[in-house]
Amino acid sequence: MSEHCIIIGASHAAAQLASSLRQEGWEGKISIVGDEPYMPYHRPPLSKAFFVGEKTEDELLIRAANFYEKNNIDLLLGCRVSRIDRDAKKIILQDDAEIAYTKLAITTGARVRKIPFKGSELAGVFYMRDLNDVKQTHKFTGKGKSAVIIGGGYIGLETAASLRKIGMSVTVIEAMSRVLQRVTAPEVSAFYTRVHTEEGVDIRTDAGVDAITGDQHVDGVRLSDGTTIPADLVIIGVGVIPNIEIAEAAGLTIDNGIAVDEHARTNDHDILAAGDCTNHYNPIYQRKLRLESVQNATDQAKIAAKTICGKLEVYNALPWFWSDQYDLKLQIAGLSQGFDQVIIRGDSESSRSFAAFYLCEGRLIAVDAINRPKEFMTTKRALSTGQTADPIKLADDSIDIKDAFTN
Amino acid sequence: MPLIIFKSHDGETKEVHAETGTSIMQAAVDNGIDGILGECGGCCSCATCHCYVDPAWVAKVSPADSTEADMLECVLEPKETSRLSCQVTLTDEMDGIIIGMPKSQY
Repeated sequence: MSEHCIIIGASHAAAQLASSLRQEGWEGKISIVGDEPYMPYHRPPLSKAFFVGEKTEDELLIRAANFYEKNNIDLLLGCRVSRIDRDAKKIILQDDAEIAYTKLAITTGARVRKIPFKGSELAGVFYMRDLNDVKQTHKFTGKGKSAVIIGGGYIGLETAASLRKIGMSVTVIEAMSRVLQRVTAPEVSAFYTRVHTEEGVDIRTDAGVDAITGDQHVDGVRLSDGTTIPADLVIIGVGVIPNIEIAEAAGLTIDNGIAVDEHARTNDHDILAAGDCTNHYNPIYQRKLRLESVQNATDQAKIAAKTICGKLEVYNALPWFWSDQYDLKLQIAGLSQGFDQVIIRGDSESSRSFAAFYLCEGRLIAVDAINRPKEFMTTKRALSTGQTADPIKLADDSIDIKDAFTN
Repeated sequence: MPLIIFKSHDGETKEVHAETGTSIMQAAVDNGIDGILGECGGCCSCATCHCYVDPAWVAKVSPADSTEADMLECVLEPKETSRLSCQVTLTDEMDGIIIGMPKSQY
């Protein structure tokens, strides 16, 4: 039988995997099967540039529409895979059609966590994961209208900034005692709370949601303390869960995501996985990770493509992330979880430019760089190459950041 | 559609036609130019689309803003003509532009 690599899922990891397979010399057939009706598109702009109309749908495409045809990559869009038959090495689609594979890659990503708030089925209540969701929000946005965002994480805050940009009044409801609690230091949370407040957003922390109210259309959000906030639009951003069901049903090992080795292989070596749906060992942080990021989707997909082509390379990339809100460009290098010390470089209390360095037992592990591209770039390289940082120089904004690192 | 000539660090060239208004990064990614990565999708966040605009063409390209300039200060092997190709939008005047690429983006 001739070679056929099927990729399940059609987002960042899938686009990269297919493209990398061709670059690595894969001559067999490639098919991408995705349940959304769209060609692989960039998700980050959904809450930002696309949301406010600065980017069109065409501009969201990860690769130009003709890329797939030119590279002989078949796209089966709007098409759901119902199961994987590992013994027969084929996938079975929802309409019972069967397609045989020699190599299979699972890049099914993650889906939004849904919390069954009373009223969450009302018109005007949205999640922000898919293009379909965001396209529909446009009917409910407009200058002077009100929005309530449930969840003060990155998606919630980015959406808040976008809604302010188009002149809506915005309230953010966060269940924890500060925004971004899961991912940043208190100083960074305080900074984002200050900027959002300066930009006119009402941030309510330690606030529980009792119900989303309205008849057919949402008209407000009632909090646990009884207060009701009026809303024409409600956006829920309370995290994602990995899409592992198809892998689990096929008997692949699951461990907070689809378990893959350092070459992106599942326990069935003809089946690989990449991106948000995987759990993998990271040599830099010496622990298993399940990451929700474009960087991970892209870099792990490249490793998977190499593995499929018989070139075994170890996945050891440094995780990095970004978030654009208002005039703030946040760039994050590394993972801050487990930090025991934070060093602030610059003024986080009144300016809009500083860096928060995270250390664990004296060792630098991550940076949140806000309008500080140099701090981001140098730290990213230092963490990737194992350079060490001098904490005193990190804190001293008068010293060139490059001089804070030594080999 | 203007022509872009991509030149790898070892001198190999590839000619690509792309629509006016797209970025040089997107043109590279859409045409399998592997010297340019563009991991952040073009929002000036990752500096993995570093390129060198051929000196003869620099005047036809709008200058870098301060964020891009700061990022460029920290890329590997920066040169006077370094740019992040996601920030360079293709215009009709750039027909035939030569874009050099570094050995590595990391």
